[in-house]
This record gives sequence, structure tokens and C-alpha cells, in this order.
Amino acid sequence: MTNGTAVARAKERQTAPARKAGAAAARKPRKAGLGRGGAEANQWRPGYLFLSPWILGMAFLTIGPMLISLWLSFTDADMFTFVTPGGPDWIGLDNYTRMVQDPIFLQSVKVTLTYVVIMVPLELVVALAVAMLLSQGRRGMGFYRSAFYAPSLIGASVGMAIVWRALFSSDGVVDSTLSVFGIHTGGWIGNPSVAVGMLILLGVWQFGAPMVIFLAGLTQVPKELLEAAEVDGAGAWRRFTHVSLPLITPVIFFNLVLETIRAFQVFTAAFIISNGNGGPARSTLFYTLHLYHRAFEDLRMGYASAMAWLLVIVVGLITMLLFRTARGWVHYQGDQR
Amino acid sequence: MTATRPRPAAVLSRRNREALKSAVWHVVALLVLFVLLYPLFWLLGASFTPGHDIVGRNAVIPESWTLDNYRSALDGIGRVPAWVFFRNSIVISGLSVVGVLVSCSLAAYAFARLRFPGRTLMFVLMLSTLLLPFHVILIPQYIIFNRLGLVDTYVPLLLGKFLAAEAFFVFLMVQFLRGLPRELDEAARIDGAGHFRIFASVLLPLMKPALVTSAIFTFIWSWNDFLPQLVYLQSFEKFPVPLALRLFVDAERASDFGGMIAMSLLSLIPVGLFFLAFQRLIVQGMATAGLKG
Repeated sequence: MTNGTAVARAKERQTAPARKAGAAAARKPRKAGLGRGGAEANQWRPGYLFLSPWILGMAFLTIGPMLISLWLSFTDADMFTFVTPGGPDWIGLDNYTRMVQDPIFLQSVKVTLTYVVIMVPLELVVALAVAMLLSQGRRGMGFYRSAFYAPSLIGASVGMAIVWRALFSSDGVVDSTLSVFGIHTGGWIGNPSVAVGMLILLGVWQFGAPMVIFLAGLTQVPKELLEAAEVDGAGAWRRFTHVSLPLITPVIFFNLVLETIRAFQVFTAAFIISNGNGGPARSTLFYTLHLYHRAFEDLRMGYASAMAWLLVIVVGLITMLLFRTARGWVHYQGDQR
Repeated sequence: MTATRPRPAAVLSRRNREALKSAVWHVVALLVLFVLLYPLFWLLGASFTPGHDIVGRNAVIPESWTLDNYRSALDGIGRVPAWVFFRNSIVISGLSVVGVLVSCSLAAYAFARLRFPGRTLMFVLMLSTLLLPFHVILIPQYIIFNRLGLVDTYVPLLLGKFLAAEAFFVFLMVQFLRGLPRELDEAARIDGAGHFRIFASVLLPLMKPALVTSAIFTFIWSWNDFLPQLVYLQSFEKFPVPLALRLFVDAERASDFGGMIAMSLLSLIPVGLFFLAFQRLIVQGMATAGLKG
């Protein structure tokens, strides 16, 4: 991302002299007092004017609340302490230490990590496999691409979660299909050992978004390279692993980061499928769901803020870690980025 | 040349093999697609199946047809008829689209075209909010809106849209603007146009593809949005569709299963229509946003 802005800046540096030259060639007298033309130093005024909604939003809806929640995380705030004049009491790191000793909290961490670690790789592999299938350029590619993408648009909705609930209930479709093969789960919804599995499947079901991005990356792999490899006697699998795969590592990386962050925040499906309680036996008590309970049912705003900040820190660290490892396996082609 | 040309028979067999490969490919793709979309086919069939028969039926086509589910869904829940929920959803999504288009395009013009101190820093800040878990701002925002007496109104749901808090769309529009030649701005500037004129009369019309993509995604995403609504809205008559559906889940023990299924289907229809109408734009928007990231 920083690279992107650097490129943009470089481009601007290139065009700035050209622009000045153009303005000079036009030899139009500048309007006095308005300072247009090449006078870039004077653009701060329109700049901030155009950005003013964004700046307000950033200050009052993002940075301000973030600081408030950081402060809250060190207090024993609940919904009512704000009404009393003294405000909430400062309790230092108590929320954080209490958190890591709370078995329910630890359970929610376990559920979320299980989900992220299984769902994300599975989703990306399916997305890449289908993208490979579609990238062969057969007839009707546009149709297939759209059809495979469709679940991504509705997968996170309440309506779809309700369908999932029905499909995976005892004697629902999935259960009765599996029992044909002699597998009896008694309905995934009531079974703590597989309940999170149906949320993982719902996540994987939405593989269309990363698939579309993979597909766009695959179509940019130069045909000449693939043909050269074929002439050299490389089979389809070797062409994939040695030519296509290295060239789309930037896209794989992008999808990996995006889907990981998304997976950590999954909420709607878990809420609807467990009817809000994370059951059975807390097997679908996602981190975000637990946070919601603490904040908006128990009204323990301080504790919930500490949970939220821990989530920010963990997601931030994982993103950083991914960027760190990226140097080892992501190959950017010379002039791109 | 003539010596290397393959004999006609070989051409034919190769063409046959190619056709066979293509047929196999289509069969495989369609099978995968059927499995993938089966939940939707099932939902469509189930919505016409009598309520007590729905669970346990795998077939897509109902044995006996009924419209009772839809009748029950349209009756609504908690004495609020279903059309109110849909109207509320349309109001929220519609206003979200307006807010995002106005505020994000203004911000995008500043980021893409103007030079001022702190621009790079603010741009990086904007991008980093893309990675920020929403929960960390939800709690303090709730406390603030609660003190302002704005809970159970649409203000908390919409304010962010009007203040360009949707970084994804700012980014999308910045990328698009960077692709437009600066000579256009120059020409307008030489003709004496100010920044607002350049933005509104020159660039905005050219940004149409980016604006349409942003509008579609904003509509769909706010249509599906659930957590903020769940936190902020309390009165039934203000509920959008997802919250109404949640009421059906709660009332499931009262066994209006059919109504819930029909309502689920109805809730997906607007997104489905958008998708059918704009599928190419949606898929391309997704792909380019990803590639340029």
C-alpha cells in the first residue's frame, strides 16, 4: 500500500513539470488572487475543504472512538457509570488479566482461531481451483464467473444463515444425505463437535470474491511464458506450479490478508445459527459474539473494550506477520507496484 | 509447409477430442455449480412447501404447492406488516448510497488531484482503517450516540456513510481518478474553472463507472448489514429486513417456520435483482479493486 502511494507520488513528480510547461505555453494571464495554475502550495485550502467530511468522520467516528475505547479498556465502565458524576473507575490492566483467566473468553478464542485456521486456507484453495478451472477460456466463462461469485454477495446475510440453519438441522438436507453414507451426526446444529464446521462451510461457500481476484490475476499471466514452458515439455501441473503460481503470489497474498481479517470478524452467521447464544455448549461462541454479549447484554463496556482492543492488536500483529513473511514468497514483477 | 499439414482424418479426431474435452469441462463445471447453488434452489422450493414439511425434504421441487408461507411472511411479525421492514431497508440502503457517493467522491478528488500538507499521511490512515475491526469503534460510538439520544434512530447507521468512513469506496474512486488524464483538469483550469467546477462538471461525469460500482456495493452491503442495526435499533417498526428475520428466528418455536423461509427468500431478492442487472460491473469491480490493492 505504501508502495502504491510512492508510485503515485513518482507519477506526480513526472507530470508536475510538464504541467507547468503546458501552462506557460498557454500564456494565459493568471487571475489575480486565486493562485491557480502550478501553485501547488496553495491547494491546501481546497484540499481540506474537499476532505472535510472525511476528516470529521475520521476524528469523530474512528480515531476519537478508538481512543475512548482504549481508555475504557482500563476502566470498570458499564452502561450506567456514565450517568453517575464520577464516571468509571480506572482499574489498570485488570480487564486484560481477568480476560485471559476467563474460560468462556478462552473458549471464544479457540472457536475463532479454529475457524480462521481452517476456513481461510480451505476457501483460498477452493477459490484458486475454481479460478484455474475457469481460466481455461472455455465458452460461457462470463456466466460461470458470475454464477460462482453469486454466493459471496448473500453469504453474510441473515437470510442465508437461516437457510444454513435449516440445511444442517437434524434430519435436514445435509444430515440425511450424509446418513446415506452411514455418517450420522444427529444434526450439525445440536452437535458441539461439528457445529463450527457448518460455519466454516458457510465461509468457504463464499469463495467467489477471492476467486474473481485470482481469475483476474491468472488472466494476466503472459501466454508466451506458458507456451514456452509447454514447448520445454512441462505438463499442465508443472506449468501451474512453476509459471502461474509464482506469478500470482501477489494476488494470493492480497486474498490471504483480506480473508484472514474478514474471518476474524465473522458475526452474523454465528449469531443467527446459534440463536444468539453461541451454542451448543459454546461451540460456536465466536470472539465477536462473546464481545457482543459482554458489551450489549452484560453492559460491561470496559471489559468489552479490552476485548475489542485485543482483537485489534492480534489482527494487526497477524497482518504484520503476513507482510513480513511475504518477502520470502511473494514475487512482484519489476514494474508493477 | 504442405508436408507438415496434418491429414484431414487427424484434424477431425483432434477436433472431436477437443469437443469431448470441452463437454467434460462443462459437465464438471455445471455439477460443481449445482452443488454450490443447491441451498438457493432448496430455499426456492421450500418457500412453496407447507411449513411442517420443509425440514427433511431434500428435493428442490415441492410435492404440494402452497402460498401460505408468503402470506404468513407478508403479514409480518409483532403487528408490523412485512412491507414496513422492506421500506425501512430501502430507506437505509438508499440514503447510504447517497452518502457514500457524495462524501467518498469529494474525498477521492482531494486525495487523487490536490496537493496539500499531510495528504500522504491521511491517505495511509484512510487505507489502514480498511484493516480495522469494526468492534473497537462500535462500543464508544454506541455510548456517544446513546448520550446524544440518537439510539433507535437511523443516524448512527448513516452518519459514517455521509462522512466518507467507507474507506473501500474512497480507495476505489481514488484509483479510478488516477487513471483519468490530468490534461482534462488542466484544460478546464485554463478556461477558468475552480476546483469545484473541475470536480463536478469534468471529473464526476467521467467517474460514472466507479460511482455505479460503489453505489451497487453500498446498497448490497447495507442491505445485508446486521450488527450495527442489532445494536442501535429497538422499535419493531424501525427494523430493516435482517432484524425482522431475526425476530422470525426468535419466534421459531411458535413454529412459523414457513413464514421465516419465505421471508428469507424475499430478503435475498433485492440483492439478486441487483446482481442480475449489474453482474458484469459487480464482478469486475471486485476484481479490479483486488488487483490494484
